[in-house]
Amino acid sequence: MGRVASLPTTGRSLTEVEADAQAGTHRRAATGLKALVGSSAGDVMRSPDDRGRFGAFGGRYVPESLVPACHELELAFRCAWTDPAFHEEYRRTLASYGGRPTPVTECPRISRELGVRLLLKREDLVHGGSHKLNNVVGQALLAMRMGKSRLVAETGAGQHGVATATAAARFGLECTVYMGAVDQARQALNVFRMQLLGAEVRSVDAGSRTLKDAVNEALRDWVASVEDTHYCLGSVMGPHPYPWMVREFQRVLGEEAREQCRAILGGSDPDIVVACVGGGSNAAGTFAGFADTRARLVGVEAAGGAAMRNGSPGILHGMHSYLLQDADGQIEEARSISAGLDYPGIGPEHAYLASVGRAEYASACDEEVLEAFQLLSRLEGIIPALEPAHALAWVVREAGREIPHGSSVLVTLSGRGDKDVDQVRAALIAPPEAREDQPVPPRAATPEAGSRSAGREP
Amino acid sequence: MSRLASTLVTARDRYAKKLLVPYVTAGMVAGWPEMLQACFDAGADAVEVGIPFSDPMLDGPVIQEASRVALERGTTFQGVLDGIASAGLPGPVAVMTYANLFFHGGYTATADRLAAAGVDAAIIPDLPLDEAGDWRAAARLRGIETVLLAAPSTPDDRLALICDAAEGFVYSLGVMGVTGERASLAGSATVLAKRCKALTGKPVLVGVGVSTKEQAVEACSVADGVIVGSALVRRVASGAGASEVARFVGDIRSALDARQ
Repeated sequence: MGRVASLPTTGRSLTEVEADAQAGTHRRAATGLKALVGSSAGDVMRSPDDRGRFGAFGGRYVPESLVPACHELELAFRCAWTDPAFHEEYRRTLASYGGRPTPVTECPRISRELGVRLLLKREDLVHGGSHKLNNVVGQALLAMRMGKSRLVAETGAGQHGVATATAAARFGLECTVYMGAVDQARQALNVFRMQLLGAEVRSVDAGSRTLKDAVNEALRDWVASVEDTHYCLGSVMGPHPYPWMVREFQRVLGEEAREQCRAILGGSDPDIVVACVGGGSNAAGTFAGFADTRARLVGVEAAGGAAMRNGSPGILHGMHSYLLQDADGQIEEARSISAGLDYPGIGPEHAYLASVGRAEYASACDEEVLEAFQLLSRLEGIIPALEPAHALAWVVREAGREIPHGSSVLVTLSGRGDKDVDQVRAALIAPPEAREDQPVPPRAATPEAGSRSAGREP
Repeated sequence: MSRLASTLVTARDRYAKKLLVPYVTAGMVAGWPEMLQACFDAGADAVEVGIPFSDPMLDGPVIQEASRVALERGTTFQGVLDGIASAGLPGPVAVMTYANLFFHGGYTATADRLAAAGVDAAIIPDLPLDEAGDWRAAARLRGIETVLLAAPSTPDDRLALICDAAEGFVYSLGVMGVTGERASLAGSATVLAKRCKALTGKPVLVGVGVSTKEQAVEACSVADGVIVGSALVRRVASGAGASEVARFVGDIRSALDARQ
């Protein structure tokens, strides 16, 4: 299989891409930028080709039963996304119900400590507590256009499940959320939140009992319910058109951030744009806003679920992308403190962006993440979710190394940390084996003492 | 015509038989190759062998569990092929698994390995027609037939393409749903089989949701045959040996042969 196929094969798509490319050229010209990101600059983060591929990655590897539903969804999305009335309703809902636009916040204290200029895109302030609402509002509106009365979703940390339950309540749709039994245990509060919002939460006991198994179970539900049910997939993964559609529904955060950063940085873009990556939806939305700038794009995976860094190409959950797998091609289980990044794959467009060199993918381990979690809480008064704490952890680790001193760095803070406080508290009471020689007394559980014991001292 | 297609067409056209294809998950118990032999002894026209995959998304609880157990027992892709090769089976063998195992091994190398083990065909549920091109090209060179799935949701124009491209037989999904036993045969089973039969002379077999001899007979009022999976796997999982497998398959065989 070829690594890069930057041009689609049919006339219709070609026209589309040309139009896109022209729009991109205008944007670049307006900001006085040349194509600085390689020959593919005009193509990256445009539409996939007719077979749903970004270069070699993507596709639609689903059982025949679901192929017609994917076709229907693709058609509905294409129509909706070119319909001003749909955009209007989507934007209006995100504004009046979701609280958009979210601000970009400067972080002076942590910036001083790290020697870089840190900006945060505040998706933690979106209604529901994460960027996930951007996507589910789009998909719920689309489901109603298709005449579907029920949403089914998978969730890891519970953020996407909560967002789907929220949108379902708002629009009067039935909602079933699949969640691995392991994740239910570590995110018990989110299970209750979904139930409060009127969703049925079904526990998944198969396999690793985490996000990947919840996706399997949601797909199984959809095979049997496709007539009246829309599968509200939570990330830029799965079969075409999901990776493309979810990125488009998350694009709003990247486009807002670009304008906001320019206002703060005197017309310039950040030097580096960083986002955490599980499936990769907040990163895709963020990168979409900066793909045609000169900003360096960095996705940060959980060290125990780093499909891009440690995986190899394969086929899972309807897509061809990078996966963690063994010598036989069996999918391996991801392991991370963050239930939201506990996924053995990565969205196909990220695999493509890596293959053409437009984005790079790093990882952060649980220890670094806990440290960054506390650092942001203590120095800026913002408690991040464990997922974006990975992006922060990379910045903390690489400031002055991979990140030159004085760089401007935008991190997408994809969600707030309320859901994780209990788990972090437990982790700090009973730290990993590495710290066994320094037992932490129970009172270290108080945020103040906990942050001192594991936080980086200035 | 390769061995699976020719065997099924001959049985149907020359002997006026309804076709019976039992399914067993390889590696779920130590004696799984003997189960396949028992199926043929009891009158199976071909067998379908599941190669366990970590994420069997079209499978219901029974085959999920069988796959999990098989992997836990250390079952490997090559181990399954070795088991098939050494069983010296008297009829055609189709393997069923998910796309990643073939992709990971490389399509050409995988086709070579299947051919070397004496496998006749492959059923890959998450490799629909549109994504199957590369695999089919590699498989055809090695004489491996690729069975394609047709679903109740498949529109007419697409169904024609699937029936046209299918090799071995057309796998007509009995129900919109995952594999597993159902209390009764879904109405969609015969409706889809009839649509397929109108489009192709290739054997049309109903699978998914066919769990009893009564349901098999009902499906065969329209279809050329049936695939019986979960009902058999459940019996093996709860301790049935080769003789019980043979009795279960033999019962369905008799019911199909006795139908008017």
